[in-house]
Formats: sequence, C-alpha cells, structure tokens
Amino acid sequence: MAEVALDQVTKRFGATTAVDGVSLTVGDGELVVLLGPTGAGKTTTLRLVAGLERPDCGVVRIGGRDVTPVPPAERDTAFVFQQYSLYPHLSVYDNLAFPLRAPARRRPEPEIRARVAEIAELLHITHKLGNKATRLSGGEMQRVAIGRALVRRPSIYLMDEPLSSLDAKLRAEMRLELKRIQVGLGATILYVTHDQVEALTMANRIGVIDRGRLIQLGTPRQVYQQPCSIHVAERLGSPPINLIPADLLPSPAAPPGTRTIGARTEHLRLGAVGGPGPAALIRRVEHLGDQAHVHLEVAGHTLLTLADPHAPVRSGDRVGLELVGPLYFDGSGNRIGGTAAPGPASGAGGRTI
Amino acid sequence: MSVDAQSQSVLAPGPWSKRFAAAVVILYAGLAVLPLLWIFLTGFKTPPDSIAYPPKFVFEPSLEGYVNLFTTRSRQSDDYLAGLPPPTNWVDRLVRSRNMVIAGPSKFGQRFVNSVIIGFGSTALAVVLGTLAAYGFSRFRVPLADDLLFFILSTRMMPPIAVAIPIYLMYRSLGLTDSHLGMILLYTAVNVSLAVWLLKGFIDEIPREYEEAAMIDGYTRFQAFWRVVLPQAATGIAATAIFCLIFAWNEYAFAVLLTSGEAQTTPPFIPFIIGEGGQDWPAVAAGTTLFLVPIVVFTVLLRRHLLRGITFGAVRK
Repeated sequence: MAEVALDQVTKRFGATTAVDGVSLTVGDGELVVLLGPTGAGKTTTLRLVAGLERPDCGVVRIGGRDVTPVPPAERDTAFVFQQYSLYPHLSVYDNLAFPLRAPARRRPEPEIRARVAEIAELLHITHKLGNKATRLSGGEMQRVAIGRALVRRPSIYLMDEPLSSLDAKLRAEMRLELKRIQVGLGATILYVTHDQVEALTMANRIGVIDRGRLIQLGTPRQVYQQPCSIHVAERLGSPPINLIPADLLPSPAAPPGTRTIGARTEHLRLGAVGGPGPAALIRRVEHLGDQAHVHLEVAGHTLLTLADPHAPVRSGDRVGLELVGPLYFDGSGNRIGGTAAPGPASGAGGRTI
Repeated sequence: MSVDAQSQSVLAPGPWSKRFAAAVVILYAGLAVLPLLWIFLTGFKTPPDSIAYPPKFVFEPSLEGYVNLFTTRSRQSDDYLAGLPPPTNWVDRLVRSRNMVIAGPSKFGQRFVNSVIIGFGSTALAVVLGTLAAYGFSRFRVPLADDLLFFILSTRMMPPIAVAIPIYLMYRSLGLTDSHLGMILLYTAVNVSLAVWLLKGFIDEIPREYEEAAMIDGYTRFQAFWRVVLPQAATGIAATAIFCLIFAWNEYAFAVLLTSGEAQTTPPFIPFIIGEGGQDWPAVAAGTTLFLVPIVVFTVLLRRHLLRGITFGAVRK
C-alpha cells in the first residue's frame, strides 16, 4: 500500500474539461470517497490514477514516484469497474487468477489457487468458481469484479461504484465487508460513488466533486456539518436539506450577508403554535415505519423534516417552527458564519471531530 | 391458472405459420442442393450416361470419372492390349475395358495442392492483417480513419478483373506470374478490405473495458489483445476466414490469367479435363465434388463459432 497523490491534474476531452485542476492526496491506508453527480469527473479521476487516461497537465504520484507517463500495467493499481468487465471467455476462477498470471507479476500456480480460494471464500462465491463469468447474476458478477481486485496487494484500489448493482441487503453487507477488509489490510482505496450512505459510512475522508472540480474535501462529519457551499450541503443528508430564504423564519444568529438558510431536519424544531417561530401548516405526513416524513408549508415554501412516528402530528395541523443552529449561505451559495469550512487544500488524513 | 388448449402465446408462431416457414426453407434448401447433387451424381456416371438425353436419374454407378480425373491414358490397339500382362487391379481393368492403358498420373493432385496452399495461405494472411488493422482502427485514434476505411473499401467497388491488365503487366515485370506467392498476395489484397471491415465491426462490439482491466491487471496492450480481445473476436475471425477462403478458393478469372502451370489452381484446371471427343463430364464432376470438400469441412469445423452470442453479456450496458 502506498500514498497516492494528484497534483493540479487536468483532463480535457475536446471542449469539455472532465477533471479541472484536482489536487488530492490519499494517505497510506486511507479510504477516500469521491462523491458527486453523474458526469462530475469522478470516474475520470480514477482512470487518471490507473493510467487509463493521460492528464493534460498535472502530476500523479504513487508512493512518491511520479507515474504520470507510466503505462497502467506498471502502476500497480487495482480497478473495480462499474460495468464489472469480467472476461466473458474465462471461468470465475480464471477471472480471479488473471491478474496473478500476468507476465509482469507471475505467481506460482499453487499460490494462485490458495489466493483465489481465500478471496472466493471472503466474497461467498466459492460455489461459482467453475462457472463461466457470463453465467452469474449481477450481484455475483460484481463480487467477482471486487474479488479480481482483492487477489492482489496493489498500491491502491480504485473502485468505481462497486456496489451499485447489488440489492439493498447485499449492498449493506458488502459495505461493511469492504470496510472491514480495508481496515484489516490497511488498504489504500479511492472509491467513487453517488450514494451518500456509502460515502458517510465508509470514508475516512469525502471529496465532493462537481463539474471536474474538487469543491470540498474533509471527514464525513466535516462535510456534513460544515459544507462549504449549498452544492455540498445538498449532496448529503436524508431527507435533503431544506433551502429557504433568509427572512422566512426568524434567525437572530444569522451573520450579515445571509441570503439562504440551510435547515436539515435536525435544525428544525416543531413545537406548539405561539412559540418563538411562525406557525407552519402540516401538508402531509408519510409514515416510513421507524420515522415519519413531515411536509410543512410556511408562507408558500415547502419544508421536509423528520418526526418521531409516534409524534401527534396529522396533516392539517398547525405547528410552531423554530430554527436551531442552521447553516447560512451568502448570495453566491458559499457558507458563512460558524466554523470555517476546510477547503480542498486541507492536509491528508483529516481530523476526526 | 387453467390454460385453454386452443390458446397460444401472442409471440410464438402458430402451427400454420411454422409449417409454411418449414415448407419455404425446405423448398429453398432443395433448390440450393439440386445442382450439387447433380454434380455429385454425374461424377459416378459413365461418359455416355453423363450426356444421355433425357437425363438419366437411375444408372449403374461407375468410378470411371474419378479414374479419368487422376490419370492420363492412351488408346491402344487390340493387339497391343492382348500382348500386355493381365491387369493387376480394378483401375487397370476399368481402363483396359475402354481399350486404353494408363500413361501416368494427371495434374489434378498438384493443382489441388496449389489451391490449398494459395487458398489457405491468402486466407490466413488476410485474417491476420485484417485483425490487426481492424483492432487499430477500432481502438486507436488513426488520423483520417474514416477516409482510410473508405479507401480500403473502395478496392471492392469494381470487379477485380477490371484491373486485370495492369496487374498482369505488373506481375510480369515482377516475375510473380504463375507463382504461389503472387497468387497469395493477390487474393490477400482483395480479401484484406473485406476482412478489415468485417472484423472492425466485431472488435467494435468488444467493450474496451476488457483490455483496460487486463492492462491494469499487469498485461501490456499486445498481451491484452492476445489474451482478452482475440478469444472474444473468435466468432468474427471464423466468419471472416470462411468468406475469405470461399473467395480465394473459387476465384477463376485471375487464376486463368496469371497461372498456367506451376501455380495453377483447381478452378481453371477442371473445365479443361478433356476426354475422347470433348469434355469428360464425369471427370469434371468428380473434380468439382472433390474441390467442394475442403470448403465444406472448413465451414463445418468453424460453424460453432458462427453462432453468435456465446461471449456477450458480462459487461453491464
């Protein structure tokens, strides 16, 4: 395992800039999640580290060595593709053994057998080893794809939405399993997802990417609690953060220049009418079993928050609404006030709050 | 849920349309096979039976056509024949019964070997070059790729025989006329355009991710091409090889023009098998029958690869 660093890396495809001056260091043994919408440049970033793309400018370093001109085979990375990319003409066993049989790092066959068996066991695919790679379910293919990376001990694992096609239960299982493996091996992982639960639960640090730029890098807690902009705030939190005009609800603590207030569910307190806040109309209550989504209306604006499923709220009721320590954003969408949000330049490792 | 015996799936063909389809297929297959069957039968007729009118469907089979195909014979007087020692095998007996003796082997065997060398040689060369070129066009940013591909295809836009005279003159000055190498190069040149286009289609369909995965797994591009792309392109390569072989095997015009002895292939040889009083039709039919065998065997061997869809589906689209 090794430290992997991108330094001011830019990659253009024709007129579009897929990755725009990204600097990022993944510390040895660290799991960094890149979070962002489709087309934000997450996958291109992984491909730049793997050597499948050559950056237009900037430097990629693996273990301190400048690998920018080095071909993929000599970079010692392992890649889990979103589309699995299992070799269809090979069996599951041969797919898993393929990286170990590469001329560049040929291992003796008994060692390969042992290694493949161990990984198959770990991923619960031992009974499928004899199958053709095409004769597997989507979930099994994805596990084989992960296994093909795990048979090696590369400098860094690059994972492109590796859990995206698993069903919810298996995904939760694999999430824990991957995290356990990562901690156990001390593996360095750069992980791409658009699933905020994966990002929040697995990452040592989260990098939020939008339109090729790394807009915030920090621990999950930092990124969640101190998002640097509205865009970052919107990417995390379920239900999504409520963005309301600054003057909708009384907020005496709002710093000057506040144009938008971001109120997550924990920033909203429902109370009796006549409290300090204005009255809100409950439009709808959705019971989700362990919690309830409450849709509120205040002066023409709709807000969504959570409530205890046993809370005595019914649609048509009126409740008092109060803000508790919300996020404040200025006219250009940047967060103001409170603790300064650490920007992308903050050092490797991050700090745990 | 009970299913009415009369009910049927909306998508599955009904019994009548199935019968109709079967009838059409059988009719077409019959039409296609009929000439081949006639050639096969003619090969086992005697020369008089082969030109009998009305045509004979029932006849006494004879191997005279095959004997005539592989031998040259000379007619002898009865006295001379009577003075010979008795025939030692059925071939001799057959030839003597026609008042002839075997003068030596014919050139059919040698022509057949020429066809094998030139046909398979040019097919192999066209497929190798075509695969490499198609991979290049499919995976690399080739400057003017579209123009180059069009240019390659344009060699097919006229009948090859249209350039026969220039090719003949060129070959004569290069000393390539009537040589195996010359014919292999010529057929390869014609086939490579077909091979590039066919194979580019097949290779385009193989997702790049496989090679990328292999390159990250520690393989060079060529190793990835060899270990990952080629096995998956097997279907396309087999289909392309069959098309190339059929062209090179059956080609007649250039073979007539450019070969006469040393490197002559079977197609120009067969029609000129002359018997007494004209064409020796049973021998021509026997030669044609034998000439079909390698193509049939090659196609049957590669048939498995022609069935598509075996290798597709391990990349999520």
